[in-house]
Amino acid sequence: MTDEDTITIAHGAGSKKMRSYLEDYVVSRFNGRQTSSTTVGLQAMDDGAVHEIGTKSVVITTDSHVISPLFFPGGDIGQLAIAGTVNDLAVMGATTPLSITCSLIIEEGTAVETIDAVLDSMKQTCDEVGCTVTTGDTKVMGSGEIDTLAINTTAIGDIDKGGHISDASQSPGDKIIVSGTVGDHGIALLAEREGIDISGNLTSDIAPVNEVVDAALQAGKITAMTDPTRGGLGTALNEMAQKADVGASIDKEAIPVDDAVASAGELLGIDPLYVANEGKVVFCVDEPDADRVLSAIRDTEAGRNAAIIGEITDQRQGSVILDTGFGKRYMTEPQGQQLPRIC
Amino acid sequence: MTSLGDLKYRDTQKAEELADTIDEQMDSIDRDIEVMHVCGSHEQVIAKFGLRELLPSSLSVTMGPGCPVCVTNMPEVDEAVALAESGKLVATYGDMFRVPGSSKSLADAKANGASVEVVYSASDAVTLAEENPDQDVIFFATGFETTAASTAAVLQSNPPDNFYVLSAHKYVPPAMEVVAEMPSTDVDAFLAAGHAATITGYELFGSVAKRHDIPVVVGGFEPIDVLYGVQEILELVECDQVAVKNAYPRCVSKEGNKAAMQAIEQVFERTSGEWRGIANIPDANFTIRDEYHQHSARQQFETESVSDNTDMLTDQCICGDIMAGISSPDDCDLFGEECTPDNPVGACMVSDEGACKIKLEYGGLPEL
Repeated sequence: MTDEDTITIAHGAGSKKMRSYLEDYVVSRFNGRQTSSTTVGLQAMDDGAVHEIGTKSVVITTDSHVISPLFFPGGDIGQLAIAGTVNDLAVMGATTPLSITCSLIIEEGTAVETIDAVLDSMKQTCDEVGCTVTTGDTKVMGSGEIDTLAINTTAIGDIDKGGHISDASQSPGDKIIVSGTVGDHGIALLAEREGIDISGNLTSDIAPVNEVVDAALQAGKITAMTDPTRGGLGTALNEMAQKADVGASIDKEAIPVDDAVASAGELLGIDPLYVANEGKVVFCVDEPDADRVLSAIRDTEAGRNAAIIGEITDQRQGSVILDTGFGKRYMTEPQGQQLPRIC
Repeated sequence: MTSLGDLKYRDTQKAEELADTIDEQMDSIDRDIEVMHVCGSHEQVIAKFGLRELLPSSLSVTMGPGCPVCVTNMPEVDEAVALAESGKLVATYGDMFRVPGSSKSLADAKANGASVEVVYSASDAVTLAEENPDQDVIFFATGFETTAASTAAVLQSNPPDNFYVLSAHKYVPPAMEVVAEMPSTDVDAFLAAGHAATITGYELFGSVAKRHDIPVVVGGFEPIDVLYGVQEILELVECDQVAVKNAYPRCVSKEGNKAAMQAIEQVFERTSGEWRGIANIPDANFTIRDEYHQHSARQQFETESVSDNTDMLTDQCICGDIMAGISSPDDCDLFGEECTPDNPVGACMVSDEGACKIKLEYGGLPEL
């Protein structure tokens, strides 16, 4: 059996391979079967779907969560399950979730205490965003058939009709803002797995982004936004550029990266620009509003390190160009999973 | 001229100054210049920091045979695979794990049930032998002078009886000479690898320079190191001076690490051998001397592969031309399509020091 015949970790790593697989095998199957109310469907490969119902646009999104270890510096799988899903909703413009579903798949033999701690964390995160779990499901699988716990969550929210924001409506001249330091979640997890301790400074950035998105939306015209989760900032920027058929010019020196994250990244041979974030947003903003939006984002707790990192251009459509401070190069889409350096 | 005295390695202002100097030097030289660097780490830093964008179009800096993983010959990988498949425990550096042999890699062999372990150093392989006294442990030893020195040290330190080395170690200077003489290459100067020179010293490049009428500068691995090395090369070219310069004095001395060189000389003799896709190069392979025959995998075991199931795609792979500086990854029909880091056809797509992997990762020079 060849690599082409089987699913590998790279198919789920937020890389070019994952996108190609989804386009060729998943989206193509369901494309064209939208309901009459669907304004953003699967083919958009956006953070969620949008249906126009009555005077409202209803946004729906779903996510499955598996992570090792379940509890890590700065967060846990429960927090991830709620924040990850409500963040996908928020970056479509729906910052107040109406309802969240929760499906638990638990491995036989898992301590009740472990699941209790995860559920407590989910409840606490729900409280932060002002919503609750309204329906769900629980399955138990045999020992070894699943790794401890998997959680699926679905969230719905509503906004004024037509008020959703896609990840591909930006145009040349728009400024690009990232809401804080990038790579915190991915590097913290890799460092934990590899046993690298950098003065205990590495913690995940898991957090709901609703407040940050609200602040930005109120301060100016947001043309596009997304949350750079799997695949990190580099993947998100490439996806946005390809979807909108525009270029992006990024100033590497302007990208906020925590010192400890940068050091651990060098040590591991992993680029923080290509690992997951769980509490960050990439905004494209109409140029005249950019400073005002940046200021509003910085006034929020989660957005205090926000920065303008570049702009949308009409050059090299579909590509992202990185100015390293020394020279320019492509900021490419990752080909496969980033792995810690072996030697 | 910028000196190393106040060097800050990621100082963009200093980089601009060096780029301005390089521009002026190229104006003065007034012809196209090709500098070949002989190290994957140089290519990494050039691509990652977008340094080519700083250089005038008349100056090209290309990568030569400077990736130890890439130049390991296919039959050498086959030998390691054959040993693993015969029931030995094969230990090797991580980068070698996925390099394709004529029909399979060590990773393929492991997937089929063979014992293959990734180690960080030669001494880790010895530890593996100590922990598995009933198992023959083969260290598939690759790399240039730096790793050859540590393999030599391990063989001199009385390793356990069940520890063997399959040496694919290689010595860089003869490869530079072969590439310099290739009719299809047009190399004006070499930027030599700083870490190999920490072992060998820079003095030995004097004979390379003299024999081939080509200046050599030893360079380090920060962006400023590389630009400074290029500036030093152009200074030699400008003065029409065939000489050796050390642009990495914080690590490299004239004589190098004498103890390490002595260990290499005591354990290995230099023999002729194929460098993958490049040529049969005289005196460029480190072969274990007879005095250490009891730990030489080639002398103790049958290492030849019986497989003749060569992948058709490998015939189309142009890694050899890329490492000789004749072609670039973009010239290869397989690049980024059939040949990717997940599914490499040629060795240049496997290692972080491989020209193809680096090109795919950093995308090359954008034409804006």
